[in-house]
Amino acid sequence: MTEEPKVRIKELYKIFGDVPQEALGHVRQGMTKSELLERHGHVLGLRDINLDIPGRKIQVIMGLSGSGKSTLIRHLNRLIEPTSGEIWVDGEDVLAMGDKALRHLRRFKMSMVFQKFGLLPHRTVQENVEYGLDIQGVDGTEAAERAAKWIARVGLAGFEGHYPGQLSGGMQQRVGLARALATDAEILLMDEAFSALDPLIRTDMQTILLELQEELHKTIIFITHDLDEALRIGDRIAILRDGEIIQASDPQEILMNPADGYITDFIKDVNRAKVVRMRSIMGPPAPAQGAPVAPGDTIEEALQKLHAAPDGCCPVMAGGDLRGTVGIDSAIQALKAPAAASAHYS
Amino acid sequence: MLDFLTEFPSLGRRDLSALRQGIDESFRTFSRAYGEQLEAFFNPLLKFLVWFQDLLTDAPWPLVILVIAALTWFGARSWKITGGTVIAFLLIGIFDMWEDTMATLAMISVATVLCIAIGIPLGILMARWDRAQSVITPILDVMQTIPSFVYLIPVVMLLGIGKVPGLLAVCIYAIPPIVRLTNLGIRLVDREVMEAAEAFGASYRQKLFGVQIPLALPNIFAGVNQTIMMALSMVVIASMIGVQGLGVPVLRAISNQYLALGLMNGLAIVALAIIFDRVSQTYGKRLQAYRETGRE
Repeated sequence: MTEEPKVRIKELYKIFGDVPQEALGHVRQGMTKSELLERHGHVLGLRDINLDIPGRKIQVIMGLSGSGKSTLIRHLNRLIEPTSGEIWVDGEDVLAMGDKALRHLRRFKMSMVFQKFGLLPHRTVQENVEYGLDIQGVDGTEAAERAAKWIARVGLAGFEGHYPGQLSGGMQQRVGLARALATDAEILLMDEAFSALDPLIRTDMQTILLELQEELHKTIIFITHDLDEALRIGDRIAILRDGEIIQASDPQEILMNPADGYITDFIKDVNRAKVVRMRSIMGPPAPAQGAPVAPGDTIEEALQKLHAAPDGCCPVMAGGDLRGTVGIDSAIQALKAPAAASAHYS
Repeated sequence: MLDFLTEFPSLGRRDLSALRQGIDESFRTFSRAYGEQLEAFFNPLLKFLVWFQDLLTDAPWPLVILVIAALTWFGARSWKITGGTVIAFLLIGIFDMWEDTMATLAMISVATVLCIAIGIPLGILMARWDRAQSVITPILDVMQTIPSFVYLIPVVMLLGIGKVPGLLAVCIYAIPPIVRLTNLGIRLVDREVMEAAEAFGASYRQKLFGVQIPLALPNIFAGVNQTIMMALSMVVIASMIGVQGLGVPVLRAISNQYLALGLMNGLAIVALAIIFDRVSQTYGKRLQAYRETGRE
């Protein structure tokens, strides 16, 4: 990548325990998480995390519970201090920041949405959304106007005077989202923001987020344990296991070329027709008789055109340019999950 | 040999009395040296207490009842409590306990304000630093369990007999709950909410006044309530060192076996306690309106 990443994480380690520095030495020499716990009573949170997060994109960090994903996101605004490593935001060293600079970062540059919402129960919806602005020191009338705008934007107009306790989970998280957006921070940290919601509401919230993102182009770092969610919203996905990143790439890359058996296992239940896109399965430009499809179309969306094409081939067109050709055979091939290379990942 | 086992090898009588005399003497020297300064230090408090008590006793009684009823209404917003308060004060007046009640009321009000002014900051301190907590907690334990007569002695030695030592005795006894519950309330604030405040870059002050204290209010109010109740229960003991009020007739009733007198004044104390309790509780609850509303 030629562009400077918005957020850069370098060789980040986090070990929980009484003497983490000592344990760090063992981990660097290759001790595993379970060995470390058994022999030294320390918990390995993160091991050698290297991740460049591009600006104005949605970076998903995915992993099962205990994989360290919530720990990782809390390092970015230093709610948790690392044991070792570097974190850079816009070329600034976050770990070198003093209290004041850190508060400035949290107030103006990064805002956060929480799994359990983290709303202030004694403040109304309006006051909750104003919270970040209050902290910034924005004056009352301006804060009220900006908050009202975001409340309307997330579809909560009319609920300004309600308390969080009076709202459903989905509505509370809209408040959480509006509160985070109201500060105009460029970076949005979302810690399992939709995980506590019912499936239908969750899909709704994902739609809202994607719509907002189309317009706002924030750098969003989104934590989830749900692969479908990751594939739906992620521009890039990093998969975390036992505190280590196993694969960090384009979602299509993960679907087509999973790095190891663990990920293969992970993706085997995904409805591939809904997530594999034409650009991942197209071949070089060749004569094709079908109607044009877009590189971003999923197999499901393109299948009818492919089926209708006399030769089973469709051109992949983007803005009038021919990008490649896709055949119905490769589409059907892609529906089959890559075989688990080995069932014995550690 | 057997003597050693059956008889505890205590300090000799002479040593002990020397020790006690030494302590007493040094304390006496201390109080002789600093007693006047201490008294001067507490003088504004005394003046305020006297002024407030005179205000309550000298004002026309209907006005006092009106003001109390208004305050009750403001605090509780309940006709039942306000009506009950008015009736209680009328009965107190009819049974000729008006002046003593006013004296007690003044004392309790000032003691409560003092306890809140000192107790809440102490509680905040304890919540912020674990060290402060580990130092202050045992002191509070001692303050709550030591028989009140014991700390009356040094207070009287230092400041003599009168309103201020009485006020101090009441405060020593009544302050622990407000300190404890402020500390507890702040420590019990939801970690998620605190993390959110932290993530938005709130400073310590912003967290304290914007999140912790508002969310700790139910506990802080329970502390205020307890403090008032404990202050009221000290009224009789405080009257032993010259505090005017409902305690004095009770004390007289004890020493002369006047059942009716003791009962009447005792019940007046109970009436005050109930009024304070109901008003402070309903007021505290009203501040928490957001908790009541229909959660799913």
